[in-house]
Amino acid sequence: MKTIRIGSGAGYSGDRIEPAVEVAEKGSIDYLVFECLAERTIAIAQNAKLKNPEAGYDPLLEARMRAVLPACRKNGVKIITNMGAANPLSAARKTVQIAAELGIGTLKVAVVSGDDVLQVLLDKNIKITETGAPATTMSNILVSANAYLGAEPMVKALAEGADVVITGRVADPSLFLAPQIHEFGWAFDDWDKLGKGTAVGHLLECGGQVTGGYYAEPDLKDVPGLGRLGFPIAEVSEDGSTVITKVADAGGMVTVDTCKEQILYEVHDPAHYLTPDVTADFSQITFTQEGKDRVRVGNVTGHKRPDTLKASVGYVDGYIGEGQISYAGPGALARGNLALDVVRERLDICAVETSELKFDLIGVNAIHGDVLAPQPEPTEVRVRVTGRTATMAEAVKIGNEVETLYTNGPAGGGGATKSSKQVVAMLSALLPREDAVPAIQFIEA
Amino acid sequence: MKLFECAHSRTGDKGDISNISVIAYDPKDFDHLARHVTAEKVRAHFDGIVKGDVVRYEIPSIGALNFVMQSALGGGVTRSLALDPHGKCLASALLAMEIPDRAV
Repeated sequence: MKTIRIGSGAGYSGDRIEPAVEVAEKGSIDYLVFECLAERTIAIAQNAKLKNPEAGYDPLLEARMRAVLPACRKNGVKIITNMGAANPLSAARKTVQIAAELGIGTLKVAVVSGDDVLQVLLDKNIKITETGAPATTMSNILVSANAYLGAEPMVKALAEGADVVITGRVADPSLFLAPQIHEFGWAFDDWDKLGKGTAVGHLLECGGQVTGGYYAEPDLKDVPGLGRLGFPIAEVSEDGSTVITKVADAGGMVTVDTCKEQILYEVHDPAHYLTPDVTADFSQITFTQEGKDRVRVGNVTGHKRPDTLKASVGYVDGYIGEGQISYAGPGALARGNLALDVVRERLDICAVETSELKFDLIGVNAIHGDVLAPQPEPTEVRVRVTGRTATMAEAVKIGNEVETLYTNGPAGGGGATKSSKQVVAMLSALLPREDAVPAIQFIEA
Repeated sequence: MKLFECAHSRTGDKGDISNISVIAYDPKDFDHLARHVTAEKVRAHFDGIVKGDVVRYEIPSIGALNFVMQSALGGGVTRSLALDPHGKCLASALLAMEIPDRAV
């Protein structure tokens, strides 16, 4: 039975690069997949493209391609990635240019686009899922709307001989499903196979999160070699049977427990994991340790795909200002609380206009509220004040009122930092499939 | 006993929704977890943090529960004022929950 090996090259935009090179060089893989596009990344990329028509793709695309193209060419590994973000065409041109500079011969790069649905969203005045409001009610603040495309255009690109496939917004698992459909000739309505292939994608899409990253707990769940954590590899057969593994001498580990944690990551109803390709069913899934760092995946099924496509919608959501300062030693907690009171009073005296404010003591209640306040008292606390404002000028004032604690606040305040930023936030919408038409073009050199 | 003595956990986020898995180290403990780690208890554990409903899904084939918590991330990762806007630390907080010892 035909078997292919798919490696993960990144689990997010800023991920480590050497593990991708390691997988390309030593993983005996056929495909290397980089998942680099978080919810908000594409809205930020869209803004970058508005300022510079050549920009808007992943900032690490160049470094990644330079690092992996030689090994991929040598070992016949095809690359699939959503690093195109808001500008897959520019990303493809850059990739071809890098290939030429590296002297690795001709490279056929496919560009998958068609995910930009901002105009459709406005023309058809489609409802925003979270608010129920029609899109035109926020047209003055909308930045982007991108539909999650499925595997189909990537499968076509591979069928036409692409060495590299660069996309904008596609569903993360679809990046991994596409080569399976292409290699095994699975039908686009073979729901069980597409469900199995989607489970592979879901397990691999966050890179190191299935090889021991986001997992270690000293003494309870020890992981060897986090500093040189290996990225995962899936060994998939024509019938959809799968083993998750990694390069033998890479750090990390693949165990049934790392797989159990990752299969439920960002999943709601495990019986209905929705992608543009299929409704995957993980509710009966099994994992079996077949050997060191080899886990077999079983009992995944699938059902008909959803009728609609999800789009992520980016909009400008005002500004956030923040300031932090630390206190330590005996009485640190009391001085931290006094500092918060002073900042509250100052924001009031200066009439800083905010729509939401948060007062935290890092080390005490910044993450879990007062539910799990530490006993005994910590000897170091870090004051953190953050607030939402309508303008940058107001946002700046929040950090300033924390910083001035240096000379005006409690004893021993140190290490003040401040920041302010415009916020691009995300909502979502559901569109009829025909409103997002995938397009493929090829760039060759 | 504390939940961390018999289970491990991971948080994921989508918009303003946080999901937390609770996975028995030993699959034999699944029934014990299912009995004592209810959606209501999780909602109460995160009182003040989670503002919406909590729904529990069961995946007995891997000895796991999955809690889906609405309005849990201060408006969502992209606009939250929280230090941990993804809620990635919530899983560890859940493992501090007190549950009855296993029946001997």
